[in-house]
Order: sequence, then C-alpha cells, then structure tokens
Amino acid sequence: MLYALIGIGAALFFWVVTSLSDSLLKIEAEKAGIDTEKKDIGIWPSLTGMFSPKAPEFAEGKFFKSSKGFDIKLKGKAENFSSPSITRYAIKPGNFRGNSPIPKMLVAVGDEVQAGDAIYFDKKRPDVKYTSPVSGEVVEIKRGAKRAITDIIILADKEVRFKKYSVPNIEECNRQDIVDAMIGSGTWVMLNQRPFDIVPEISDVPANIFISTFDTAPLAPDQNLFVEGRGDDFQKGLDVLNKLTAGKVFLGLSGNAQPSAVFTGAKGVEKNYFGGKHPIGNVGVQIHHTAPIRKEKVWTVGVQEVLTIGRFFNEGVVDMSRMVAVAGSRVATPSYVKTYVGASIGDLLKENVSGDNNRIISGDVLSGSTSDHDQFLNFRDDQITVIEEGNYNELFGWLLPLKPRPSLSKTFPSFLMPEFEFEGDTNTHGEKRAFVVSGQYEAVLPMDIYPQHLMKAILSNDFERMEGLGINELSEEDIAICEFVCTSKQPLQSILRKGLDTMREQS
Amino acid sequence: MGLLEFWKKIEPDKKKSPYLHTTYDAFFTFMYSPDSVTKGGVHMRDGMDLKRTMVHVVIALQLCYLFGTYNIGHQHFVAAGQYLGFLEGFHLKLAHGLIKLLPIFIVANVVGLGIEFIFAAKKGHAVEEGYLVSGALIPLIMPPDIPLWILAVSVAFAVILGKEAFGGTGMNIWNIALLSRVFIFFAYPSTISGDQVWVSGFENLAAGTTADYSWWHTGLCNTLFGWLDISQFQAASTAVVDGYSGATPLAVATVGGAEALSNTFTWNQLFWGTIPGSIGETSKPFIVIGALMLIGLGIASWRVMVGMILGCAVMGMIFNAWDANAFMSVPWHQHYFIGSFLFAMAFMATDPVTASSTNRGKWIYGFLIGVIGLLIRVFNPGFPEGWMLAILFMNTFAPLIDYYVLEGNMKKRMAHA
Repeated sequence: MLYALIGIGAALFFWVVTSLSDSLLKIEAEKAGIDTEKKDIGIWPSLTGMFSPKAPEFAEGKFFKSSKGFDIKLKGKAENFSSPSITRYAIKPGNFRGNSPIPKMLVAVGDEVQAGDAIYFDKKRPDVKYTSPVSGEVVEIKRGAKRAITDIIILADKEVRFKKYSVPNIEECNRQDIVDAMIGSGTWVMLNQRPFDIVPEISDVPANIFISTFDTAPLAPDQNLFVEGRGDDFQKGLDVLNKLTAGKVFLGLSGNAQPSAVFTGAKGVEKNYFGGKHPIGNVGVQIHHTAPIRKEKVWTVGVQEVLTIGRFFNEGVVDMSRMVAVAGSRVATPSYVKTYVGASIGDLLKENVSGDNNRIISGDVLSGSTSDHDQFLNFRDDQITVIEEGNYNELFGWLLPLKPRPSLSKTFPSFLMPEFEFEGDTNTHGEKRAFVVSGQYEAVLPMDIYPQHLMKAILSNDFERMEGLGINELSEEDIAICEFVCTSKQPLQSILRKGLDTMREQS
Repeated sequence: MGLLEFWKKIEPDKKKSPYLHTTYDAFFTFMYSPDSVTKGGVHMRDGMDLKRTMVHVVIALQLCYLFGTYNIGHQHFVAAGQYLGFLEGFHLKLAHGLIKLLPIFIVANVVGLGIEFIFAAKKGHAVEEGYLVSGALIPLIMPPDIPLWILAVSVAFAVILGKEAFGGTGMNIWNIALLSRVFIFFAYPSTISGDQVWVSGFENLAAGTTADYSWWHTGLCNTLFGWLDISQFQAASTAVVDGYSGATPLAVATVGGAEALSNTFTWNQLFWGTIPGSIGETSKPFIVIGALMLIGLGIASWRVMVGMILGCAVMGMIFNAWDANAFMSVPWHQHYFIGSFLFAMAFMATDPVTASSTNRGKWIYGFLIGVIGLLIRVFNPGFPEGWMLAILFMNTFAPLIDYYVLEGNMKKRMAHA
C-alpha cells in the first residue's frame, strides 16, 4: 500500500515537472517568434500531431482522412479513349425523382430539335424545362407501365447543332436572372437537392452547394479527365453556383491522388481534401464532414454538370457532353468515351462485350441500375459497367469458395492481397437473413450514423427516429457499400429510399 | 455437375410437402451456395454470408471440443486415482470422453435443429444458421453427466421460447445456449451445480463408489481394445479414491480463498484446464486461441471482450481492497483462470444478436458483464459462478444501452437543427 502511494506520488511529481517545463518551452518559443501551432515544440509530442494522419503534400486546404470504408477492386478499369459511333440518345423522365410519370411533351415524333431545345416539362413545375442533349430527330417516345413515358429517343445528327441562348452576364445580373436563364435552358436540372435527391425548387436558396471532384466507387472514371482543358467552363460554373447559394460552394478534392490543376486552382470556393477508401468520394460523406445537413436543404452538383452550366454561361449553348467510362470484367477493351447525356448503351458497347451471360449496369456496381443494349444511360451516370451474371450454384461455395470474390471479411485469403483485382459477378453469395451481425455497416461508412438502427427505424416507420438518426444526410450511393458488405444480404438502398420517400411526403 | 442435377431432380414439391421441402432446402443450401443473383440495389455482394460467419465460430470452438472430450475421460480416471499422468491411458480417456460427449452433442443438435426445421417449414422461410453455433456451444457448457432428457427439455425450452417465439435467428433477446443452461440451473439445480456433477462416470463421488460403465464401455470399447491388446475399462477396480471431492477451482476458492486454491490446484492445471468443470470451458489456452481467431477474422467483437476483461479487473480490485472474506481476497488477476470467465467472454458475451449493437454500447455492455459477473461469482453463495447470469442480465439491458447511445447520436444531430 505504501509502495503504491509512493509510486503514484512519484508519477504525479514527474508529470508536474514535465508539463511545467513543457509550458515554459512553449512560452520561450513564442517569445522567439516560432509558431507553436505548426511546429511541435515542447517535451510532449503533441497528441494531435501523433494521431492525426499526415496530409498529402498537394492538400492545401483542410484534410480529412477516413479509416473507414472499403474499396472494391475490380478488373476492367477504363484507360484509353475510344470513339464508337453513337447515333441514338434518350431523355428519361424517370431519372428525375418526384416528377409525375407522364410529363407534358413539347415535341412529337418526327420533330427536328437542336441541342438545348426544350423537350418536355413537368406539370407541377411548368417553368423548368428539360432539354435535348443533342440535335436530331425525335424518333420514338417509349411508354412503360401505366403509359408513363420512359424514353424520348432522339436520332442524333452527325454534327451536333446547338441552340443559341442569350445569357445574362453573371457579374452584373441578379440571382433571379440566372435562375430564369437556367430553368429555361434545361441547365437547372443539372442541380440536385439533398436530402431526397430531387431537382430543386425554383424558389429555394440552398444553404451550401457541394461538389465532389473524385469518385471512389468501383471502376469509376477519373474525374481529372473531365476538366482537362476546360478550366474556364469549370470556373464559370463555380461562379454561377456561388451566385445561387446563400452560403458557400464547397469543393471536395481527393487526398488519395494528385487532383487536376483545374480543381486545385479553382477560385471562390472552399476546398477540402478527403483521403481514404470508398465511399469517401461520395458527396454525401463529404457534406457530413464539412457542414452536415440538419434541417436545411443543400445542393450537390457533379463535375460534368458544372461544366455544362459553365459553358452555358460562357457561350450560351447547352453542351451536355459527357465523358463516360465503359468498364468491367466483361468489357473487351475498357475505355473512356466522349458522348452526350443519355447515350444508347447498345451503341456504347457495340462489339465490345465478351460472353453473353452478362449484367449491364448504367452506373457503378454498387448503386447503378440494371440496363440492357436497347436502353440508354441515366441522366447523371458517367459510367457503364458490364459484369458476369452469377446465376450458378457452387459446391460448398459458402465454406470453400473456389472463385475469388471481393469481401470485407478476413475469412477470405484475398484480404492478404489488397491490390488483387476481382472479376466479380452478381451472385448474392448467400441468402437473405434477419440483421444478425452488428458493427459491420459502421466499419465501412465514414459517417457518425448508425445505419442498422436507421434501417430499423425506417422499417417501423418512426419519423422522429429516422430524422434523428440522420436519414437526411444519406442517399442510396452512400449506403450502397453497407449493402455490399451486409452479411444478411439486406436491401439497404431500397429500404433507405422508402424512408426518404416517406420523409419527402411528410415535408 | 452430375451431383447438382441429381439434387435438382429430387427436389420435393414445396406446396405438397412443406416439411420435406424445408429439410431438402436446408441440406441443398448447405451443399451448394444458391444461384440467386442481385436484384435492385447493389449488383455485387460480399462473399460473406451468415453460414460462413457461423461456421467460423464453430471452427474456433474445435480445440475446446478436442480438449473437452479428452478431459472428461481424464477427470474420470483422476477421481479413481488411475492414469494420473495426462497422456496415460490415452485411449481409455478418449473413449470415455466420446461416450459422454457424443450423446450430448447429438441430442442438443437433433432437438434444436429439429425445432428449427419445423418452425422454418411452418413459417415458410429457409432454415436459418443461428442454431449452428448454439448447437456447438450447448454441449460445451454442460456438465459431462447431464441426463439427456433434461438436456433435450432445456434445448427445446431455449429454442422455442427464447428464439422462435421472438421470430427466429436474429430476433432473440437472450443468448440461446445460456438460456438452455439457465433453464437447467433453475429447474434441475442438482444436475448442474455442486461438487458431484463435474466428474463423469460415477453415481456419486463418495470414496469407494465404483465406475458406472455402460455397454459402450464394456461391450463395444472393451472388445475393440481387447483385439488391440491394450488396457480395458474395468468397472470393479475403477473406484473413487479416498479424499477426492470433485470440487472445481471455483468451489475451492469460494471456501478457502487463494490459499486453498493454490493448495488444491497447480497453476499449470488451472491454465491448461486439466480440472473438473463444464465440458469446454476449462482449457484457457485453447479458448484464447479461439478468441484470437474470432477477433483476427473480425467475427467476434473485441470491444465486448476487452470491456469484459476491464470490468472484471476493476471489480476484482475493488474486492481486493475491500477484502471482507477469503474469496474477496483472491487476487483479481487469478479470477481469469478459475471458472469459465474466458469461455463466456470469447463465445457467449460476443453473440452479436444479443449483445449491444453499437460500438460504444459494446464497451459498456462488456464492462458491465465483467462487473456483474464477478459480483455474482463472489457474492452468490449457492452457485459460485456468475457469467451465465451476468450475460443474460446484460442481454436484457443491451437494447437499453443501445437506446441511450442512439439518443446521444440523435441529440447531437438535433442540437444543430
């Protein structure tokens, strides 16, 4: 007992002496004009210095490093450029959530349109026009269940002709002029509102606007390529967005690899760097770590959408050109293709697919949608992925899998080879079960959110809990990685969407 | 692929014979992973599923099974004063262990899985894997001489009322394995507590009682050993020696504290587990290997385990400082080596369904199990072990812990709104 007291006393004495000298050293250093915040002065190593991750050299702004997440490494990353001839494009009204399924058409089959000509509008918001991505002839208006218009197909001209708009000078005009120009030209629908992922109301002023300049999803395109040589358009787009928001425009830059000079040199925006694994490139995760959504609405915009807005205000044309990554293990030569919004998937993949038992996905394997050769890219997709359908039985597949498959679990030897690229297929690798394993979602979602409990709140329709547990901060793409790792094979994205839809109806 | 075609050909009709189909489906999905593909949502799924998760827990238990089986035999012969060396009479000890363990394993699994199959067919869903682990755990926490009918009743109680009544795997509030044990503990206490039950093969442990061998010993095994010309089971000469009590280290420590403990057992015995006790919980190194495997593979929560170790340490130190009776004075670190602390920590408290499901909650949950478990161990006069009751108690409160963790998260979010 006595020895213990002596021991504690000695430790206390040591601590007092060292912290005293530590403070004295700091005072001396400040007198000598050394910035103690930046340089580690003192006897103790500073705690934050020891544990906070080192920011990469190119990161000039705030740096956030996430230890959570999971990168699904897949074979078939797009590398070079190719230029298949794409003749058909489509606008899909179903891509815009919350609109009525049968929009008011402004063109008919057989009409000639220019790129930027209004195609239709939603009956609830007649001012917001949806315009054509290319020039050509409207060849078909496809209808689906309950006569909903699914695709408005345009046979494109060889050379795209743009409709010329007169645009206000953003330096002089007021906010309303910009909004008016955007809703008339179809550039307004480039914007996306969080929560709910809908086209924002005209009257809304967002608290902030967020742009992620990198994508960590499997086989996602390198967004640095999007802005190559288009610095002017990108900057103009940012300037316009700055006029639209009451707060700031936040740019999320990659802390994993050197971002393009267009991004690092962007002006008038607040730059934040994010490092780590997927889903750190998702704008939702970045919002969570910059200015989390509570009750207010914010907007998010993709890089290519910013370019469209920028070019519109630079030149008065609605240029919906998009760079699309054609990727996946079943693509013969994965490559980037320069095309326009809503390109025909059949044309994009022509003679470039190996095997026939395939899943074609507009988007990435986590949150894309199933598609086919006779369909078209979704409005916001910048990627098309082709992988094998996994409709096979495997002998003792759960115990001794022969085919390598991506997994977060360390029970698979592949965790020893983090750089291994999987082919991957669509097999569920197990049957659906009740929630059993816990802590799994939290390990891959770099947000202060408890997805499993949120899911349960949604399933039991508990609005207060849903809101409290952060449903407004999430969108399908953020939760997709949780759905991937889920041992119980639960459909988290569709549960979340159900919850978001009920929240939207309530608001 | 001939086998797969054969399987598909014999698939019974789901509507006409639901029970048969459920059974078929359970075995088919055991042999073959299903050919279902993703639909909506993600297009690619992680290779991990519940079967694979569960089977790794079962694998982690295998060393405990090996040691436990042999230790049944070893304790039996130690009581008789024969083959005192651990490896002496190897075949006899192994045979005796298997004769005791196999029926327990078979009854626990046949009853438990049978009930699962019936309920699955009734509810029209697939047989879920939860019982794989429960069925592997239950034999390990039973005394070797447990009457099989009591075991069957307890398993049925645990599976029907503890699990199916709540909706099946993933829905239960209490740990199934512990529920079956606690059922015996309260309904048939004499078969699972006291000094008599931990050594098998004797009617009671009074000196001179001869071994109670069955046909499996004297008929089957002795014939086999006779052919091989090695020593056989001899009921008449296998009798409990004078002064043998069969008391577990815990029972010894309860009465006499650390001193009695070190007089009765060597630390080697306590560590390696060549002591009387429930079948699987005696060998510390093999449990630790299993625990490390579960942590390394990311299957069991290290937070719960570390929390529990801390909780037990804190409570142990408080008792050491208090020092009111002999048991309280047992040094806190010795508590890890007596009784079933480690087994409860590695395999019982970490059950993801009944533990707290938030990471912060897991710390609290584990810590409180450590505290309450030791409290019961030291203060409960009737039954000197606390982990079973502590875990079931904290199972009950796990949702409450989660509730407050989530409230904290919600409050943080709403405060800014």
